[in-house]
Amino acid sequence: MSNNHQIIISGLGGQGVLFITKLLAGAAMADNLPVLTSETHGMAQRGGNVISYLKIGDFSGPLIRPATADTLIALKAESFAHHSYFLKPGGLAVVNSPDPVEDGRYRVFSGDAAALARAAGNVRSENVAMLGFFLGAMKDDARLFNPDSLARMINEKFQAKPAVAQNVLSLLESGMQLYPAR
Amino acid sequence: MNTKRLMLGNEALAYGLLKNGCQMACAYPGTPSSEILSAVVSLTKEMDLDIHAQWAVNEKVAFETAYAGAQAGLRAAVAMKQVGLNVAADPLTSSVYLGVKGGFLVISADDPGPHSSQTEQDSRLMAVMAKLPVLDPDSPAQAAELAGIGFELSEAFELPVMLRPTTRVCHSRQSMDVEKVDIEWREAAFEKNPGRWAATPKFRLQLHKELEAKLAKIADYEPTRPRLVSGTPEKGGQAIVVAGVAAANARDIIKERDLDIPVYQVVQPFPLHKSFIREMDAYDEILVLEETWGVIEMQLSDKNRVKGKNTGFISPAGELLPENVEERICAFAGMAYQAPQVTALPGRRPTLCAGCPHRASFYAVKKVAPKGIFTSDIGCYTLGCNLGAVDTVTCMGAGISQAAGFTIAYAKNKKQPPVFSTIGDSTFFHSGITGLIETVTKKIPYVLVILDNRTTAMTGHQPTPASGRDASGDPCVAVNIPDIVKGCGVNFIKTADPYDLPGFIDILKEANAYCKENGPAVVIAEHPCLLDMDKAELAASFKKVTVNQDVCDGCGYCVSQFECPALGMDNETEQVCIDAGLCTGCAVCSFVCPKNALVLENQE
Repeated sequence: MSNNHQIIISGLGGQGVLFITKLLAGAAMADNLPVLTSETHGMAQRGGNVISYLKIGDFSGPLIRPATADTLIALKAESFAHHSYFLKPGGLAVVNSPDPVEDGRYRVFSGDAAALARAAGNVRSENVAMLGFFLGAMKDDARLFNPDSLARMINEKFQAKPAVAQNVLSLLESGMQLYPAR
Repeated sequence: MNTKRLMLGNEALAYGLLKNGCQMACAYPGTPSSEILSAVVSLTKEMDLDIHAQWAVNEKVAFETAYAGAQAGLRAAVAMKQVGLNVAADPLTSSVYLGVKGGFLVISADDPGPHSSQTEQDSRLMAVMAKLPVLDPDSPAQAAELAGIGFELSEAFELPVMLRPTTRVCHSRQSMDVEKVDIEWREAAFEKNPGRWAATPKFRLQLHKELEAKLAKIADYEPTRPRLVSGTPEKGGQAIVVAGVAAANARDIIKERDLDIPVYQVVQPFPLHKSFIREMDAYDEILVLEETWGVIEMQLSDKNRVKGKNTGFISPAGELLPENVEERICAFAGMAYQAPQVTALPGRRPTLCAGCPHRASFYAVKKVAPKGIFTSDIGCYTLGCNLGAVDTVTCMGAGISQAAGFTIAYAKNKKQPPVFSTIGDSTFFHSGITGLIETVTKKIPYVLVILDNRTTAMTGHQPTPASGRDASGDPCVAVNIPDIVKGCGVNFIKTADPYDLPGFIDILKEANAYCKENGPAVVIAEHPCLLDMDKAELAASFKKVTVNQDVCDGCGYCVSQFECPALGMDNETEQVCIDAGLCTGCAVCSFVCPKNALVLENQE
């Protein structure tokens, strides 16, 4: 059971919640771990709150029960407010917010992914910066979230557009720096 | 070639179809079923197969087309969402009497929640009504497995078989082994037999008797028998019966809590296996976890021992979430359960995208008929309710017939409100045309606005009959909406781009005046869905609007009445601001501000 990990990825329709869910899932699969995800389609994609569930390890059901998720990636500060209840006590959250987000029940880290995306010249790439932030926070658990597997996936995905792959990778890298070094 | 892949449930279903020799697949898009046919197309291309994949004009046409393939001996499938099955109910019920030669799968995807549907109806109850067997997968991998079992079952009894996934199967992804598919090709060979394929009522009675005999045998069919998933069968005590996604959730919870109650998974909820019904008679108490209605539950013989949807032990409405499953299992087994704290915030409501041409159309309708009645339909444009320009949404195509109904209902009132009906292009083809003909013959005074964005946007941009491209993206014959409208007998037909808001408003006024004496006036609002447009083309047509800070008094009219996600109020300046990350440069808002504070740049 120790290999099991449950992640909630929460954002607004159009922010690319699905994109980072698939990347994380693909990286886990590359390391031979079984993966289940569940995602939002249809009307809610039009600007509503969307949520993805990602379960790595020995699971049958695709959804995550409240108070059981290990980690949460919140692509907006409001996403944390909406979906932090999925986290288990002491669970880890990374939140896209220029201001500090506090919640005594969890280990919460906030960072300005929006500013990084703006600096990288694509305001719609906050999701990639947040994925980097998450990887930074999980760097002690490289068994589950191996940055090299992820980089391979990104290079494969943008095979035809190496410049895009480079941008994504460098934004991922700067996202990782959002996690405070200890 | 055997590779691990992260397969969406709908992709797994498509893979299951192809792996088991499906040669014809038809569908009409609808969440959560839409990706099944697109995945048939992409897997077919990738594996270099020659499968017929077709987006049909509606579910009835899709059903009948695929059914003929099965009559001719091919393996065939039709896919739709649960409310689409209502549209195809007529061929469904008849085809079950007549049967098939090649295996025929009817995939009807249910949406407990509902997440993106009008109802939470249970397609398995439609299977009970139409008397065909139905299979209930719990995961993408099992959906692929049951596609194979379904084809076998269908051919063994010459009967259509329903496969009923739910949203959490369709829109889950699972790591699965995928291998290259080789299809054993069959040639179509339709054996003429009018006594069967064109049976008159007298022979239908005979067919019905034969169907009952088939169902009795299917209730004893080995490959679909319920599976004991944990625990040891006992005489007396408790048992848990699970099906669909509830089965997957229950397995996790039972393992986690180390529960010793025998758990049975039903993969064929109808007809329920007779030996299983007898086996359940041995238990004192049975918990049934299934979605959405108690279909398994109602076939168990002693209702006094059963706890489920129909007895009120499980809520008959809403999705059966894993936390509900856990709580109910604990209550059933007499275990303590600590409910987690769940914060329920109001959340953002979905809205039309920034730059959506529908927004301009709706704003114009509201301007022309502020006291009108606005009937509408199913699609992205249902979100026109946020703008106060959608009063009714019932089912595909209903808006046109309802427009007629409202004008008739108000006919004897002192004052008649103007009636405007809005319908998307795909919905118009699906089931708007018949209603339109009806309103022509009755000279109904209403304006029909066909929102033609050249695609079926909400479900993921499937082509319409006007697109001129088929499911594979290859060119095909395109039909022309104005020609169809004219062919229905309408004499007022105007096409305009709603981005030219003042011009569009003038045309709607003209249409409104015309219809009062002459019957239906049709305005076709033509502008492609921006999500479907080439990015370079979009960038080239970008028109920059700025807020004139000397003029904007922060009244908020544009924010509340035009409701574009790119328009917001700046809390510091108390003026309107434009979010550059969201703005698409449609410039329609420049016509909306009553004080002309939203200004098109370079405009003298």
